[in-house]
Amino acid sequence: MSGHAPSWLIQIVSSLLNIAVLLGVFLTLFALLSVLERKILGRMQNRYGPNRVGPWGLFQPVADGIKMLIKEDIVPARADKVVHFLAPILIAATAILALGVIPYGRNMTPFVIDGGILFFFAVGSTTELAVFMAGWGSNNKFSLLGAMRAIAQMISYELPLIITVLPVVMVVGSLNPDKIVFAQKYYYFGFLPHWFVLTPWGATAFILFFVSGLVESNRTPFDVPEGESEIVAGHMTEYSGFKYATFFMAEYLGMFAVSGLAVTLFLGGWHAPLPWLGFIPSYVWFFAKLSVLVFIFIWVRGTLPRTRVDQMMNFAWKFMLPMAFTCLISAAVWHYAGRRLSGWLWSFAIIAIVYLALSLFLDTRKKFAPRTYRFAE
Amino acid sequence: MSIVAFIIIAIFTLTFALAAATNPRLMHAALSFAAMFVGIAAFFFLLGAEFVGLVQIFVYVGAVAVLIVFTILLTRRDPEKDRGFNWGGVIIAVAVFGGLLWATLRSPSVTIGPAIVKALTVKQIGEVLMTHYVWPLLCVGVLLTAALIGALVLVMEDKPQ
Repeated sequence: MSGHAPSWLIQIVSSLLNIAVLLGVFLTLFALLSVLERKILGRMQNRYGPNRVGPWGLFQPVADGIKMLIKEDIVPARADKVVHFLAPILIAATAILALGVIPYGRNMTPFVIDGGILFFFAVGSTTELAVFMAGWGSNNKFSLLGAMRAIAQMISYELPLIITVLPVVMVVGSLNPDKIVFAQKYYYFGFLPHWFVLTPWGATAFILFFVSGLVESNRTPFDVPEGESEIVAGHMTEYSGFKYATFFMAEYLGMFAVSGLAVTLFLGGWHAPLPWLGFIPSYVWFFAKLSVLVFIFIWVRGTLPRTRVDQMMNFAWKFMLPMAFTCLISAAVWHYAGRRLSGWLWSFAIIAIVYLALSLFLDTRKKFAPRTYRFAE
Repeated sequence: MSIVAFIIIAIFTLTFALAAATNPRLMHAALSFAAMFVGIAAFFFLLGAEFVGLVQIFVYVGAVAVLIVFTILLTRRDPEKDRGFNWGGVIIAVAVFGGLLWATLRSPSVTIGPAIVKALTVKQIGEVLMTHYVWPLLCVGVLLTAALIGALVLVMEDKPQ
């Protein structure tokens, strides 16, 4: 092949193949997940969930897709037409781009970039602009309020999200996702994987990263931007039909991207949890870990109520940010203590001290009286 | 190949730069400005400066553009009012353009082509930042901390006595 076709053609065709596979896999997963989420939520809330279309309601996404496609596309008369039209496209494009740098298996990174992690966040930060365009373009007060809330929380939680990635980048010494996965391929004592989540700083960073990921993808309990009881649907209020479906898709793709990055950074990427399980293909392991994380996303949604805006902001700046910086220091201590048991214990001690200190200083019991309930006799 | 890419990116960037400068609707101008930043990042990619290009998108599209958009949102809008010709703006624009032109002409010329760049490591960036550029780094750090504290002071509520 390489002897016959010009190199630019090979480059373009291989990129197109990558894009096609990426879109095919993740749009199918999105369709599957949309029905699975409803099934799981139904199970958690003691009801059936969708069960009319196909066996166990599995063809529900097809029906939903057809419905969304043939719905009327309403654009408000006073809307900023161009911005209103571009916002869903931009938001979906950024979500898909972010998926492009994650290593899905051995030699299965769609686009190998040296600064892959940076690319992920650079693309992710564009989402804020897209959300703002949606809110502004709709020319509706609910939309604008929702967009402002979304941007406020995304900017606040972007800090812990990025700072919790830094310890991993620091320890590995590379921004390349493949090298980060490669650094986690060994096993202690022949069975304990070298994953960063098994170190104290890694475990803390993973939890902080996951919570920030929940916020960045606007999922419950942090779905304040689309709090339907207050502001209809936030920045998506004036969107209907397929454009609304695009926002919905972008949310799920964002969820896949954040979970995929969490797997890459902390859960050993596509490596098997035990050395003798290496015969199972690497992508199976990656998608198994991804499904576990996505299930936790759904589980949290089915369990926790929505937080208030002020609670969320306080949590970001007073707890998440100091803890994220602590992870950085703790990882440095772990590294300089020789990455052994002593380093493990020192790094654990640092995190425990900061955590205890924060929970003492941020004691909210002083401010609020215990809630009293009154019932009709 | 790279000449074609250069011309395409140049047209893209200049179009959005012109749109940003001339569009009477402030929000459209701000969004064109953001698109222009993407064009500039593309130039960095073309030159093989991947890291700078990614930081360009990260900082300028993700943060500066959002900041500009918020500034527009939080200030008064009277789009139809004609403020007359802005001579101060012309002077500043000519001065900035002159400065850039002078700097560009002084710098050694670079042939646009497939750039040969070594794989960049975080260690190199860290070492350069902590040795050669440590003073600018510290100054930026102090400036940003001051800005953060200033913002907090501005929005702090007076506690009722």
